[in-house]
Parts: sequence; structure tokens; C-alpha cells
Amino acid sequence: MRSNRATQEPRWVRYGLLTLGLGFLFFFLGLPLIAVFVEALAQGVPLYVEALKEPETRSAIGLTVGIALGVLPFNVAFGVTAAWAIAKFDFTGKSLLITLIDLPFAVSPVVAGLVFILLFGAQGWFGPWLSGNDIKIIFAVPGMILATLFITFPFIARELIPLMQAQGKEEEEAAVSLGASGWQMFRRVTLPNIKWGLLYGVILSNARAMGEFGAVSVVSGHIRGETNTLPLHVEILYNEYNAVGAFAAASILALLALVTLVAKTVVEWRMKKETEMLNTVLAPEKT
Amino acid sequence: MAAKSQRVLPGFGLALGYSLVYLSLLILLPLGGLVLKASELGFGQIMDIALGERSLAAFRVSFGASFLAAAVNAFFGLIVAWILVRYPFPGKRFVDALVDLPFALPTAVAGITLATLYAGNGWLGKYIELLGIKVAYTPLGIVFALTFITLPFVVRTLQPVIEDIETEVEEAAASLGASRWQTFVRVIFPAIFPALLTGFALAFARAVGEYGSVIFIAGNLPLISEITPLLIISKLEQYDVLGATALAVVMLALSFILLLAVNLLQWWTANRHRNSEPLEVAAAKASGGAQ
Repeated sequence: MRSNRATQEPRWVRYGLLTLGLGFLFFFLGLPLIAVFVEALAQGVPLYVEALKEPETRSAIGLTVGIALGVLPFNVAFGVTAAWAIAKFDFTGKSLLITLIDLPFAVSPVVAGLVFILLFGAQGWFGPWLSGNDIKIIFAVPGMILATLFITFPFIARELIPLMQAQGKEEEEAAVSLGASGWQMFRRVTLPNIKWGLLYGVILSNARAMGEFGAVSVVSGHIRGETNTLPLHVEILYNEYNAVGAFAAASILALLALVTLVAKTVVEWRMKKETEMLNTVLAPEKT
Repeated sequence: MAAKSQRVLPGFGLALGYSLVYLSLLILLPLGGLVLKASELGFGQIMDIALGERSLAAFRVSFGASFLAAAVNAFFGLIVAWILVRYPFPGKRFVDALVDLPFALPTAVAGITLATLYAGNGWLGKYIELLGIKVAYTPLGIVFALTFITLPFVVRTLQPVIEDIETEVEEAAASLGASRWQTFVRVIFPAIFPALLTGFALAFARAVGEYGSVIFIAGNLPLISEITPLLIISKLEQYDVLGATALAVVMLALSFILLLAVNLLQWWTANRHRNSEPLEVAAAKASGGAQ
């Protein structure tokens, strides 16, 4: 490894770069991550547990999980159908469609919340009709679900499109020509092929859904115990100078982030292994 | 013909139809509503609002801090991507996974944690203030928060590109007499530059719209440390919906331009990759400087 001097930097450069890079990551990622848990436990474990038992914290956890579960089926349905159409068929305007799918990434979360206020708020386009029929969207859970759907819109499609494009359509065509129905083809051929990519997209969009702050904050109205998600609750507690409470709630979200990272790494590893396996199976046929 | 192969697989009409309807209802219609609402104001009035003293200052803070954060990440991101691909060190897989932390950690958590770390009595703020520098509750704090939030972009766009560099090219450059530094400047850097720029643009675009992490550490003083997304929210809270809409539409237009730039960059990267220089040309270029 060290024998190849032509393609390696001198030792002092290597150590210098390692120190700079790892030092940067330590100060910007490692230390904040450690600080969340240290601050949460600053007044001892009993107070930490006490803070988590607060009814408002518990209802915030419930709402966060509820919204994440609520948006999941919509995101999966859109991700799979959009990727199916884009990856397996040719049509005009395809690249425009791919660009439009990325659009929510370019929109500020605050703007994403604002657009729904313009539609469904008291002075919005549908505001009078909604209040006439006693339907609440803004400053209520439906609006928060809409804002979260907007923010997490691209995640699953973005993972599945390149994956399904790379897989081609021969396997599905074979299944159909052997007499499989559309649903059989999807369940027996497509789904097994994309399951890890789909799971990867679900993990990413779920992390965003549970952690979203700006968009949800705009439409929530901050009604305690009703429209308060865990990230919003963190803000309230922090602004009340309840550091232990704020960091206790934050520590749950940080744990969630760590679980996300582990799950993501495991799925990445599985995907890599599967492509490697596929390559070794296919290799002898090609020669 | 293409039409024939399309008919072999089922579900095209249904899949495309559903995708388009869902996209239109959830994304395009609401964004269209925003533009329509802004059109009530007319171009002149939108500009008056956007170029007002407080709005202009907010845009300057948002774009300035985002630019600095993206630049910091371009520099350190290149180093981090390089050591992750090229150098062996213990705990590498753990570090590699940790790079995605800002994507997984909710922004509010990042915000309160950074504010606490860099406050005058915080772990880091304590020492930095000895140097006479204040981070928390200043525009510098905004740069720090945005640096955290956008950290993965440059690393993740560079990593695969650095992995793809063929070491043969570097060997050839070295055998023709190029020093390691010359090889980096003339062979490696040109190859990774488009990806570096893409990562920079992605980080910048994300930073401009960021809200959650910034508000805790910024201090949020109008004209000094107030970002545009916060100004939109404070206009909304004062029932100035039209003012908020005007600012949002300007931000949206700028986001579109950024998205377009990123797409062009990615197209450029892909194109460059395909017509990558023949090995000898790149090697000769590097050794050219050795004489």
C-alpha cells in the first residue's frame, strides 16, 4: 500500500489531511451529537425520565409518529408509480417530470407551509368554503400532513427511478409473456427487485417526516397537546428556558436519527451485496 | 417501434396518470396558487417589498451566510471525501455513516444544540469568546448552523467521483515527472471540479431555504441576523399575507434558478465523465508543468 509512492501523498500531507478532515467532523458532527445527550442528562436521570413523562411531550411523540405513519402510504404509492412510469417506459416530457419531482427539494420549508395557508387558510382560496363546512385544515393535523407530504415528496421516487432504470424491463417482460397478470408480475418480480431501494427511500423520507420543522411550524398554529409535533415541542420548551425538557425531547429525535443512520447503512450494505451477487451469477454467462 | 415495446408491460397509463395527478394536486397547484396570489400585487409592488430595507438585509444575510457555509463545506468536504476514499484509518465505516447525520437529525435539534455549544458559557463558545469572537446570536452563528445542515452534500457528491478516478492516470502523470501536487492540480482537480461545484450548489440551495436550525442560534435581529424565511414567518404572524407571498415568490424564483443551475451542472458532470480525456493527454498535461 505504501510502496506506491507515485499515487500517494507524502506522509505529513496524509496525516495533515486526516487531522483536518476528522477534526472538522468531530467539531461539527460528533460534538453536537454528544452534547444533545449530555444536556438531556445534565440534571440527572430521574429529571430526564420525568421530562419524557410530561403529557405534552408524550402527545407530541404520538402526533409525530402519527403524521409519519399517515404520509407513508402516499409516499410509497407515488414513489412506486412514478418510478414505474419513468423507468420502464419512454414518453415525451420525461426529463421535465424528473425535474418537477425534485422541485420540493428546492423550495424552502417555510414557503412549503405558506402555500397551504394561501390555499386553505382563513383568507385563502378555499378558506370561506372550508369554514362554512366546519372543516379545519390549517392550524390542524390535516394541514401538517399536507406540508409533510410536500416536503417528503421526492424521497422514494428519487431512490427508485435510477434503481429501476438500471434493472431494465426484461424480467418483467418475461413474466408477462409467460402469462403473469400485472399484479402477479409486480409482486413476484418487481417488488423483490426493488425492496431494498424502496426501504431505503422509506427510511430517508421517514426521517424527514418526523424531523420536519419549518413547513409544519407554519401550518400548525402551535396548539399544545393538539398540533405540537416533537420538533415543535422542542422549540417551545427551549424558549421557556426548560433546557432539560427541550434536550430530553431532542434526545429522542437524536436517537431516531441514529437508528436512521444504522438502518440506512445496513440497507446500503444489503443493496451492495445483492448487486455483487447478481454480478457473480451473471458473469459466467457473459463469457 | 417504441410504441410496441411500451405495450408489453402493463400499467403505464395508470402509473403515469396517478403520478401526474398527485404531482399536480400536491406540488404544482399549491405553488401555482402562490404565484397567482403574488400576481395580485404586480411585479412593481413585489419588487418594492423585496427591495425594502428589512427584506433586502434579510436576503443579504440568507445568501451571504449560505454562500460562506457552502464554501466552508466545499473546502472541508473535499478533504473529508478524499480521506474517506483514499486513506485507511480505524473507524472509517462509522465516520462514513456519521457524515449523513445532518440529513437524519431534525433541524430543531441541531439548532438548540449548536446554540448551546456556542453560547458564551457553552463548551465551545467559552473558548472562542476568549479570542474575542462571538458565534451564537450573531450572523456567524447562522454560518455555523448552515455549515452543519449542508455538510453531507459536497462529501456525498464527491465520493463516487473520487472512487472512479483511475489510479493509472495518476501513475502515468508521476512517471512523466509530475509531482504529487502537480498531478492533483492538473489531473485530479479538473476531474472532480464539476462534482465539487454541484455539491456546492446543492448545499447553497438547501442553506438559503433553511429555517429550523438557524432561528435558535441567529439572534434574529432585524437588519443584522434575520434570514428571509424568518421574515416570511413574521410577516405571516402580522397577518401581512401579501408581504409574505411577495418574499416567498422571490425566493421561489431564485430557487428555480438554482435548481436549473444544479441540473446543468449535473448534465455537465455526466457529459465530462463520458468524454473523459484519454490517459496520455491528462498525464502529459500534468508533466507539462514539471519542466
